[in-house]
Amino acid sequence: MGLYLRPQTLPDALSALAAGRYTILSGATDHFPARVLATPAEDILDIGAIAELDTIRLDAEGIWIPARATWRAVIDAGLPASAAALVAAARQIGGQQVQNTATVVGNLCNASPAADGIPPLLALDAEVELARLGGRRRMKVADFVLGNRRTARAPDELVLGVHIPLPARPGSSVFEKLGARAYLVISIVAVAVSAEFLPDRRIAALRVAVGACSPRAMRLPALEAALAGLLPDPALVSEDHLAPLSPIDDVRASAAYRRAATLVLLRRAIARLLVPEARAA
Amino acid sequence: MNDAPAIPLRFTLNGRAVAIIADPMLRLADLLREKLRLTGTKIGCNAGDCGACTVLLDGRQVCACLVPAGQVEGRAVVTVEGLAESGRLATLQAAFLRHGAAQCGICTPGMLMAAADLLARTPHPDEAMVEDALGGVLCRCTGYRKIIEAVLAACGGAEAALDQDTRMDAVGARLARVDGVAKITGSEAFGADAWPDPPFLSLRVIRSPHAHARFSFGDFDPLLAAHPGLVRVLTASDVPRNLFGIYPVGKDQPVLAEGYVRYRGEAVLALLGDAETLADINEGNIPIRWQPLPPLSFAAAAAADAVQLHAHAPGNVLCRGRVVCGDVATGLAAGVAHAEIGVTTSFVEHAYIEPEAGYARRVGDRIEIFACTQTPYMDRDELAGILGLRPEQVRVIPSAVGGGFGGKLDLSLQPLLCLAAWLTGQSVRMVYSRSESMAATTKRHPARIQAEAAADAEGRLTGFRFTGDFNTGAYASWGPTVAGRVPVHAMGPYRVPHVAAHSTALYTNDPPAGAFRGFGVPQAALATEALMDLLADRLGEDRLEFRLKNALRPGDRLATGQVLGEGAALAACLEALRPHWHALRAEAASRNAASDSALRHGVGIACMWYGIGNTGMSNPSEMVIGVTREGRVVLYSGAVDIGQGSNTIMRQIAAAALGIPAAAIDLVTGDTDRTRDAGKTSASRQTFVSGNAARLAAEALRETILRRANGAPDAGLAFRDGAILISHDGVETRLDPAAMVPDAQDLVLRGEGRFDPPTTALDDDGQGIPYASYAFAAQIAAVAVDTELGVTRVEKIIAAHEVGRAINPTLVEGQIHGGIAQGLGLALMEEYVPGRTENLHDYLIPTIGDVPPIEVILIEEPDPLGPFGAKGVGEPALIATAPAIFNAISDATGVRPTAAPCTPDRLLTLLRAAGGEHVP
Repeated sequence: MGLYLRPQTLPDALSALAAGRYTILSGATDHFPARVLATPAEDILDIGAIAELDTIRLDAEGIWIPARATWRAVIDAGLPASAAALVAAARQIGGQQVQNTATVVGNLCNASPAADGIPPLLALDAEVELARLGGRRRMKVADFVLGNRRTARAPDELVLGVHIPLPARPGSSVFEKLGARAYLVISIVAVAVSAEFLPDRRIAALRVAVGACSPRAMRLPALEAALAGLLPDPALVSEDHLAPLSPIDDVRASAAYRRAATLVLLRRAIARLLVPEARAA
Repeated sequence: MNDAPAIPLRFTLNGRAVAIIADPMLRLADLLREKLRLTGTKIGCNAGDCGACTVLLDGRQVCACLVPAGQVEGRAVVTVEGLAESGRLATLQAAFLRHGAAQCGICTPGMLMAAADLLARTPHPDEAMVEDALGGVLCRCTGYRKIIEAVLAACGGAEAALDQDTRMDAVGARLARVDGVAKITGSEAFGADAWPDPPFLSLRVIRSPHAHARFSFGDFDPLLAAHPGLVRVLTASDVPRNLFGIYPVGKDQPVLAEGYVRYRGEAVLALLGDAETLADINEGNIPIRWQPLPPLSFAAAAAADAVQLHAHAPGNVLCRGRVVCGDVATGLAAGVAHAEIGVTTSFVEHAYIEPEAGYARRVGDRIEIFACTQTPYMDRDELAGILGLRPEQVRVIPSAVGGGFGGKLDLSLQPLLCLAAWLTGQSVRMVYSRSESMAATTKRHPARIQAEAAADAEGRLTGFRFTGDFNTGAYASWGPTVAGRVPVHAMGPYRVPHVAAHSTALYTNDPPAGAFRGFGVPQAALATEALMDLLADRLGEDRLEFRLKNALRPGDRLATGQVLGEGAALAACLEALRPHWHALRAEAASRNAASDSALRHGVGIACMWYGIGNTGMSNPSEMVIGVTREGRVVLYSGAVDIGQGSNTIMRQIAAAALGIPAAAIDLVTGDTDRTRDAGKTSASRQTFVSGNAARLAAEALRETILRRANGAPDAGLAFRDGAILISHDGVETRLDPAAMVPDAQDLVLRGEGRFDPPTTALDDDGQGIPYASYAFAAQIAAVAVDTELGVTRVEKIIAAHEVGRAINPTLVEGQIHGGIAQGLGLALMEEYVPGRTENLHDYLIPTIGDVPPIEVILIEEPDPLGPFGAKGVGEPALIATAPAIFNAISDATGVRPTAAPCTPDRLLTLLRAAGGEHVP
């Protein structure tokens, strides 16, 4: 029989992790689907009762999305326009049933190549905060997600949440998801773009991330550099900028299609950066 | 199983405090169903893909299959059982009933709970908000539109008309489903919603991971020794007659494979024991030695050097079909316009939301099975054959069916359940997992079609040639039905003097392809309707007018030689569509002209026809109706309602024939011990065939009553206070059933009806009378295609269906909506790949956001043979949709899809090959 722990406090959770190996359970929306065919023997640490990990905070530093914050909470949090990409992703993850229980941090820790939550976190330059008994550390999301379902979290660590810094200048962000039906669909491609603008609407800083086209969602630095200092012109996005991606053929689409669609979605996302209604979540 | 030690849990369930000791990692859905026996919460996938298990947790919709029991501690759960307040339906439930928003009812609890969440925080949502809120619940029956209407109506939107079942003229009335309340309260018992009396055994099937392999077993003793709860291992040697199949010739499928498997998912052995033990057994510890063999694909099955999969099938040919009339070469040569096309289609999964489930028990020298099925009598005979029993020794009690669409016409878990119960003497229960349901059961036949047609200068079709190969998979199943039906329908609902239509069903190492709404005709229509557009374009004729000019009309001679009878009203369908056609075409043209964006608009049209009932084969139905000593009228109907509404339809027909309101008739359904054989729920035959049997039975009962009372033929009947009242010209005669002698069925008066559509077998050229009646339809699809991404969005469907007589227009519309949704899926997204899409997130069916507004136009031209003029609509609903969408895509973009589904990547490839994705 496996253990089931449901600590009420963070220290209790960290103590448990220090003492044994646990599968961490939060929204459970990835946990159960991964166990439909076979259920491994495992000990469970359910973090669902840790109240201090519940509440999204906004302050001068930025946005704090703690481990227990659901996608529903992200939708309802009244986040600034600069984080519109994350809110847009929240509305398109699963059905509302999943949005009501699944967490942002769970999506990140599950580290699916097609996770819709990760491109926005990359584009928003989010940092992950981890804790173990007696220590905390922070790292960029790009450093945290190592590969397909692999992260930098050590077995005795718990992800406390993600920090999203506020942009230094006026900014906006856009999320574009492509799936083969309207709801409940795993992305063929998902892109997130976040930009900060100079007063003359030229791009001061740009971050572009693509999901479902590589073992882990990734940024496209060459594209980011190419557009810096310029007006957001979709025509500047070229196929060469997609070079870091390594899409595969699967039941959803061919690799060639993914490349073609990524280019289209990126151009559309760049074009939408300055459309005010797209910036409102 | 990873059972954590059980812990005490306290939570609120439907307003009441619950304290229970349970495994904290038990899914809430299982806690509700297995521990608390609240079965209104349904399980369709156990993976958050279908939403059938949606409940409210602290007022928010969640999937109960994704919530660990430990997390409900201290919280409030509301299930469908908690919606009705003090026995009264909630407003939302009443709206579902009124609008026909529940068909099979398996998704209904999930839909209701998702909607309840929405309405609790948004009292007046718009349609988009309804779609967002219900987007996480899949429905395979309704096409979602009536669900949206119902939710909007529940908060003050437009109310649907609903007729009372007390009105006298039951035919044509929009009555609520007779089983509707059970479906919207969650009390309906589907296959997984009933348990045998304990103790009972569970059954787990071990299936082949290989598409083609030989295998042998090792010693089972160590496995049995390691698992004391494992009672028995069943293998092929335990099956008395280990071959079954639909047709008397061609029983080719083993219950348990004998050393050789022909598809991935084929059953090789069964484990019997308690559920926990079975779940604990690691498949790797079961002593099976596999020798994989190269699988035979559809592409290779007909090759000269292909391995032969069945001894009885040289060339891997299961069977062929053929309809020939005139001389096709002459006909094609006579045309001035020619068109040719090749079309391929994929495996399509039925994706009913209810996975197969049921239980069997042995009662003396009889076996009883409660399970979901579309065909209880065929099941009975087949099970008797497998077990070596007489048919009377088998009792089939159909559960409510949570969607079928042809997929529950084949035996699935019934043979093993019955075998296990027979051999052990204990009750045995089983519920398929979603992946097992998808891997093991039948699919729609993939097709490879080549077709050509010609028309003369006046725009009249002169010749049509069709060759279709159908991938029937590993076993015959309903393959012969597809091969037989397709050539009859291949040329579409058009007059063609010279026809050669051939079909071949080929064995492969794919899953068995069986019955699926339309039996191959939807695949053929993709080719035929493309040819009609191509010919019209080449002749410079309007695509609708070209079809109208060639449309079959009463008195026309079909390619089978049959002369079409009255009631064939395709022309009326097309004429009804004409104004919509012009308006939508004009709208698409102006939207395209107004913008040079990548979004291109197009409109497509397609027609269809469909023979009702079996092809050139007897397929009778029998019904019994009678009066009890208490003076109640009871209709004994063996027709299985799989959500399409036959329970309601039979009652309406019988009521009208008897001359009483539907409310006066009680219904006893589907139990092979209590009801007569009403055939299978298939081939769109229940309204036409069983409906006629119900009519005849009711007429016979009426005649008996009138004779007893010496009543006039047009006398009024009423059943009141235990008496039968016969009134004529103000004179009332009274019969007292309580004073009469009941028969063995406890009926004091009875009427019996039998109807078998008058058909003849087809000869070698396909000449004969394959069907007694045909349904016709034409549909228009308006689409918007994102030409940069290859994404097609259907914006509107207008469907004109000639239904003879709509016995219940709400149910007829529901069938049409649901068929359109499945046609849309076939056209755009559905492709089953064995081993890769055995779940509902890789295998995509349309969601509530994918089905556009649908306008249904019912053409009622009474069929001379139909009950009150009615004919079937179940399959006709689907057939025209995919071709209309393909034609609309072609209209929008200038490229013609030839492979279904037309997924974004396939369409983008076509667009790029045509020289640029941005078509002006």
